[in-house]
Amino acid sequence: MWKKLWKNIFAWFDERLGLNDLYKATLDRPEPKGNWWNTLGSASLFLFVLQGLTGIFLTVYYTPSPDHAYDSIQYIMTGVEFGWLIRGIHHWGASLMVMVVFIHMLRVFVTASYKYPRELTWLIGVGLLLVTLGMGFTGYLLPWNQKAFWATTVGTAIAGSVPWVGEFILKALRGGTDLNALTLSRFFSAHIWILPVMLAGLIGVHLFLIIKHGESAFPEKED
Amino acid sequence: MAGSHHISRRDFIKLATLTVGGAIGAAIGVPSIFYLVDPALEAGGKDAWIPLGPLENFEIGKPTLVTFVRTKVNGWEKTSNSYGVFVLRKSEEDVTVISNRCTHLSCRVNWNEEKQTYICPCHDATFSLDGEVLGGPPPRPLDRYEGEALKIEEGVVSIFFTEG
Repeated sequence: MWKKLWKNIFAWFDERLGLNDLYKATLDRPEPKGNWWNTLGSASLFLFVLQGLTGIFLTVYYTPSPDHAYDSIQYIMTGVEFGWLIRGIHHWGASLMVMVVFIHMLRVFVTASYKYPRELTWLIGVGLLLVTLGMGFTGYLLPWNQKAFWATTVGTAIAGSVPWVGEFILKALRGGTDLNALTLSRFFSAHIWILPVMLAGLIGVHLFLIIKHGESAFPEKED
Repeated sequence: MAGSHHISRRDFIKLATLTVGGAIGAAIGVPSIFYLVDPALEAGGKDAWIPLGPLENFEIGKPTLVTFVRTKVNGWEKTSNSYGVFVLRKSEEDVTVISNRCTHLSCRVNWNEEKQTYICPCHDATFSLDGEVLGGPPPRPLDRYEGEALKIEEGVVSIFFTEG
């Protein structure tokens, strides 16, 4: 009797949402012969979700102000139950994500999976790599320790070396001529709002294209 | 060998994925809950004897407000909280100490000399000289420091104060 009830409830939703079609399109689609190199995209997606969740948790205690940023992170590490774990995952996950995304790109390049009709998937993937690096760059400043401060000083100075518009870019990035409170809050804003929204949007299109085209088969010897 | 196993390859993969996924989810999910509610798990309520001043500071029959500041570390920041009590000296050695915190919603009450009542500025609650409720919404009289929580040593009035 319960089984029938659940079946009816599921059927009601399925009829309106197309759950079965969604399931087939996302999780039950035909794949070329299994290969571990083909899992790097899913691994990147998993890391994105993991970074998103741990990042949201970190904002519960982190305070993006020069007066409090360092102390609030010290508090997360020593004062909050399992704070070390949440920040540890976010810290190491960040490096891992850059690596996994990069290896994912290499694999697509080596197996020539970027070719017709998947050029757009590749281009969006390039955007995803750049935004991921942007996440790494903006996140690096947030602990507001010596390493963060000087790494960002150097990083923004490199951006400032662009001819003609360099000074404008530098000031726009730093929110002034030197690193200051504005730098920290705009890097924070970029790190938790602007870049993640871009990532999520691009990932959506990337996934849509993958589902639409299916995965490319590995090239044979003759290819 | 087909048929010799009770579980199909597909079902095994499903089960393994669910088990491993569940384990990873729990390993991160359970600590996350502790992480979120951490401030509620901290042991609170520091206590200490607070000296309010020598007896001769307090006029007989008239409540005198004594304020004191307690610092507390919240997270990574030290915050100062101000507290107040009314000291009422009824006779030479008979002292009553009443908290100025309204028992309704924690506003600070003031002593009104003319009406001889404590008046809460938030909802016009009134309390008698002894802290009994005369009118308004408070559920109980003003908190008192008495017995174990009150001492007079060498002419100095002190209360045993617990934060929280």
